[in-house]
Amino acid sequence: MLKRLSIAMWLLAGAALASNAPAPMPQPAAPTAAAPAKKVSNSTADHSKFKELQQTFKTGPDVTKACLSCHTEAAKHVMKTKHWTWEWLNPENKQRLGKKNVINNFCTAVPSNYKFCTACHAGYGWEDDKFDFTNQNNVDCLVCHETTGTYRKLPGLAGHPAYKEMEFPPKSGKMVKPVDLPKVAQSVGPTTRASCGTCHFLGGGGDAVKHGDLDTTMKNPKRYLDVHMDATGLNFTCSTCHATLGHNIPGSRYTPTGKETGDAYMRGKTKDQAAPATCQSCHDQKPHKVAGVTDLLHIKLNEHTDKLACQTCHIPQFARGQATKMSWDWSTAGRLTPEGKPITIKDSSGHHDRYDSKKGDFTYESDVVPEYIWINGKVKYTLLGDPVNTSGVTEINHFDGSPNDEVSRIWPVKIFRGKQPYDVDNKSLLVPHTATGYGEKDDTAFWQNFKWEEALKTGAAAAGRPFGGKFDFVKTEMTWPITHMVAPKEDALTCTQCHSKSGRLQKVQGIYMPGRDGKPWLDTLGWLAALGTLLGVLFHGGLRIYIARKAG
Amino acid sequence: MSATKIYVFKRFERFWHWSQALLIITLLLTGFEIHGAYENFGFKTAVVYHTTAAWTLVGLWVFAIFWHLTTGEWKQYVPTMKKVDAMVKYYALGIFTNAPHPFRATQLKKHNPLQRLAYLGVMLLIAPMIWFSGWSYIFYGSWREWGWDKYLTLEWVAFFHVAAAFMMLIFLIAHVYLTTAGHTPTAHIKAMITGWEEVGDEEDAAATK
Repeated sequence: MLKRLSIAMWLLAGAALASNAPAPMPQPAAPTAAAPAKKVSNSTADHSKFKELQQTFKTGPDVTKACLSCHTEAAKHVMKTKHWTWEWLNPENKQRLGKKNVINNFCTAVPSNYKFCTACHAGYGWEDDKFDFTNQNNVDCLVCHETTGTYRKLPGLAGHPAYKEMEFPPKSGKMVKPVDLPKVAQSVGPTTRASCGTCHFLGGGGDAVKHGDLDTTMKNPKRYLDVHMDATGLNFTCSTCHATLGHNIPGSRYTPTGKETGDAYMRGKTKDQAAPATCQSCHDQKPHKVAGVTDLLHIKLNEHTDKLACQTCHIPQFARGQATKMSWDWSTAGRLTPEGKPITIKDSSGHHDRYDSKKGDFTYESDVVPEYIWINGKVKYTLLGDPVNTSGVTEINHFDGSPNDEVSRIWPVKIFRGKQPYDVDNKSLLVPHTATGYGEKDDTAFWQNFKWEEALKTGAAAAGRPFGGKFDFVKTEMTWPITHMVAPKEDALTCTQCHSKSGRLQKVQGIYMPGRDGKPWLDTLGWLAALGTLLGVLFHGGLRIYIARKAG
Repeated sequence: MSATKIYVFKRFERFWHWSQALLIITLLLTGFEIHGAYENFGFKTAVVYHTTAAWTLVGLWVFAIFWHLTTGEWKQYVPTMKKVDAMVKYYALGIFTNAPHPFRATQLKKHNPLQRLAYLGVMLLIAPMIWFSGWSYIFYGSWREWGWDKYLTLEWVAFFHVAAAFMMLIFLIAHVYLTTAGHTPTAHIKAMITGWEEVGDEEDAAATK
């Protein structure tokens, strides 16, 4: 989900905060006084000087009200985006996607778990299916635009931060301080890697769980981890590529660009046919600089762009900063101690759980070599009610693609494998009711009672699905195109990592690759004939020498 | 037997031959590496060398064709079946019994009938296969633009290229060996280096009349 990257950039467009070149550091909080040594901000507006923001805000919506008093159109922008609606209709196949509708194989689905999941909603107060999507004050400007790093929406509070000191997670003994709303409100600026990462680095229930190419190591990445975001180098933010227009953020897994055919163009120019988030929008269709007609290497590399996504060679591994979750087996969840207490078991790294009674078994891996598939941009989800494959593997999302359709390229992907509950009678996926609002007692929530049937019944009811009570677990796979963590060019793949019989692309069909392919019978025949010729002439020559010696 | 020497291979021919030999061996070594048969130069280097050698050979051939046309030397490759049987018999039997070589090179006929056939085969079969598949390979990136993608697949272009490469390899092995099958074992090789071929005396020559 990349849509959250810079949700409210244009909230501040009037103040011209959004259009500056990347600063060497994450955008600084606006200076409060004219201290002589202080660096002058690139921004033309210091929000701490605005009297609208110099008040004691009680809640997030109070802040939004103040924002909207100047940025009058901002909420209207945001309300059109997936960051707000969590819904998106795929015009191609009419599938209704968005976080509200899809079911994945991580935490699975939103219905019945709103108060928890909406900690990552760019809004306030989404508690159930009766949320008011028309109330502008419910838009959360701060989650994307505050720059202090202290603003945290807590799962269970339906999108709100802590307004008073509270124990979090509940019964953990850890206390969370209330958010200083005036301070965060006065700190606003363009989105940063950290602000987008508030949700996108932590998707799937924790750091580095979901994407594999987005995690908190990207807040201040070194060059090897991301050549563009390198904090001491190019220092790109997310929105450098995901350049917004009216808060709408381009670049989405729901409508990926399998094969970008447009040319490079200036940032800010809107082109209907091209997504600014693609590599080609800056690097063009011939990204390797050719020194001249004799520069055979770079000419050849440029010829690869007809079939290969840039990412295939230039992201040699994902999860290069820390391990990412690779599998999740829900079927083992719910194992308790004899005393009925949930348990967690650490994996060998000591950093991650390999078992959690709430969630089941996991595996984590770092420096993962991607799998490779053809992608043409068409995606089909297995949604609630769609049939599952009970004897094999169900694809949560199927990326269409083919070597022959002219619009596909070979992409690196993370395939996340899992097992999750499905309805035996209806043969479709089920929504488990896992989480509750903060401090709420709910006997049907799996994370409280560890009983599947109750949890699945509540989930099905919230999702408006029939469920007779018979369930089992089905193997699922979810595919994540890898596009972030672009490595420096010296770390790109070498030729034989693909051009060899056991290379990375050995399973990719439909193309002839020198070094990988050939006709085995031709090779056998050819080598036998060559060997036969060699033996023939050796025999002939040997005989000549032998006879000559005998005679001589 | 006294030996006579005649001037068979002119300076350009010798230059052509040896540079072509070097290029073809380079192409075989790099080509089979690209094909995945073994590792030596490294794939990237092999591709660059292979392409460079290929274009160099193209250039060399342009000169060679021009030279053959303007000097009339192309006639050296006009095939003849005359004495082919004698050559076969010589390689199969005579060579072991010190029989006289059935062919005596002259400036007008520098290749024996088997050589003529073999070289013509190289030029009419192997070379076109190599060149057409090779150029298709080189210009793969432009297939779409030129509309070639409707008629070509890389799979079959590569097939003919590899098949021709095997034929060239087999030719090379046989050719290198047969250089020792002249009037003396080194006669042909010396001729290709110095231009002067040691041929048999008059007695032997009678056989070629």
